[in-house]
Amino acid sequence: MSQIKPPHDAAVPVSSPESAVSVRNVSKSYGPVEALKNLSLEFPRGELTSLLGPSGCGKTTLLKIIAGLLPADAGDIEVNGKRVTGPGSDRAFVFQDFALLPWASVIRNVAFGLELRGVAKSEREAIAEKYIGNVGLSGFEKAYPHELSGGMRQRVGLARALAVDSQVLLLDEPFSAVDEQNRRKFQEDLLELVRHENKTFIFVTHSIEEAVYVSDQIAILLPRPSRVSEIIRPTSFRNKDVENIRRDPEYLDIVDEIWASLRTYTE
Amino acid sequence: MTAFGYKLPAMSSLLIWGLLWEVIGQMNLTFFVPPLTTVIATLFSVIGTPAFVKAMTETAYAFGSGVFFAIAIGIPVGIMMGKSRLLDELLLPWVNIFLSAPLTALVPVLMVLFGFGMTSIIITTTLFGIWIIILNSRAGVMQINRSLVEMARSFGASPLDAFFRIYFWAALPEILGGVRIGVIRAVKGVIIGQLLISIVGFGALFELYSSNFLMGHFWAVLIVLFAMAFSISEFLAYLERRVAYYAAKR
Repeated sequence: MSQIKPPHDAAVPVSSPESAVSVRNVSKSYGPVEALKNLSLEFPRGELTSLLGPSGCGKTTLLKIIAGLLPADAGDIEVNGKRVTGPGSDRAFVFQDFALLPWASVIRNVAFGLELRGVAKSEREAIAEKYIGNVGLSGFEKAYPHELSGGMRQRVGLARALAVDSQVLLLDEPFSAVDEQNRRKFQEDLLELVRHENKTFIFVTHSIEEAVYVSDQIAILLPRPSRVSEIIRPTSFRNKDVENIRRDPEYLDIVDEIWASLRTYTE
Repeated sequence: MTAFGYKLPAMSSLLIWGLLWEVIGQMNLTFFVPPLTTVIATLFSVIGTPAFVKAMTETAYAFGSGVFFAIAIGIPVGIMMGKSRLLDELLLPWVNIFLSAPLTALVPVLMVLFGFGMTSIIITTTLFGIWIIILNSRAGVMQINRSLVEMARSFGASPLDAFFRIYFWAALPEILGGVRIGVIRAVKGVIIGQLLISIVGFGALFELYSSNFLMGHFWAVLIVLFAMAFSISEFLAYLERRVAYYAAKR
């Protein structure tokens, strides 16, 4: 059965070595609106943690604070023991709306992170080519984003984040603008990635099924102001074949359980 | 265009109007309209003359410099205004005032400030072109997808990187649109400047021809000017179409 831990209380002990990312007592307000209040959460290394919650619960805010794109009003973020003060090469971001350069080809988009880091053209294109292959877009190197489908565009966004070889990948509802069939394929591919890339994934989603399907750990956030209400770690189906996960009794139980606790927050 | 089931070549409407001109000219109704053939003959005889070449180079120089300053100042200022709220509040009212102001009225002031020479003409040209370039660059930057900017930041882009690799390119379709209109306005600026200051370039030439009732010469030079302005505008429109593939999909 799943192991459900109570939420971390405010005083979290010093981050354990297996945490890649530690969020401690983070608060953030937009004017009078408290988006996050005293939120603490640990992200284990090499695992995928989902941030799941109703809309407006501050999951994207938390992700952007971890990315260093937004400053926190209070509290600390540590990535591999180093305090976050802004964007850094230890984290890479995958955007909900893909955020591809429409005037650049697929290969330049994938290499863009490396381009900004001053990697030489031939070298960065070799790396980009490899990751374009990894996400299954070989042959589309010279294509432009407007010639690709939504799913393919997000593969470009994913390849760009992988190409910079950051230890932590931050994914902001990456599949929400992708059609259902492609989304399922993506979810399977994501499981493969987590298994083989040995990176820490932080995954924001509003889909309960998606979160349970792909996550090693699910943090349920409740809104106004946002806090971690519970952390769920599925245990029995994580190492099963991708085809069998959705039939697993534990999978179904967790989905139901999360729905039960979130249903009161729907509009 | 098709007429009576036949496909007419492009620009054939120009032929009709040219023919009409020729007919009216041949009828000798007024000295003001000489026949088109005469005008064209004059055009070829005028083009090689030192007076024309001098007018041409002076105008090209004034126009080139004026447009250069309009673009080199206008685009960065527009992009900065799009990026910075403070700068925007500070400058936008002035830009809007100058955009709609009758700049011709400013030329005498410029003459007092900068003399009767080239400087005043260049500044007039810049003043005619720059405002719409600023406004369009600003509009281009303001519609940039926020996540493109966040993406660049998250991959460690410096502000300079963001400026040259994101803002400029993302705003390029609007910037080019602004440059096209700005350049067309600059053509007006350079001619008005020369007419008012009237001692250099085509301004001097117009003055000379019209005061001596050389209507053939007058029209010939006018045709050259129109053709050049039109070609420049078409060339910029072509550049605009080159970036249109992503203009709609940002």
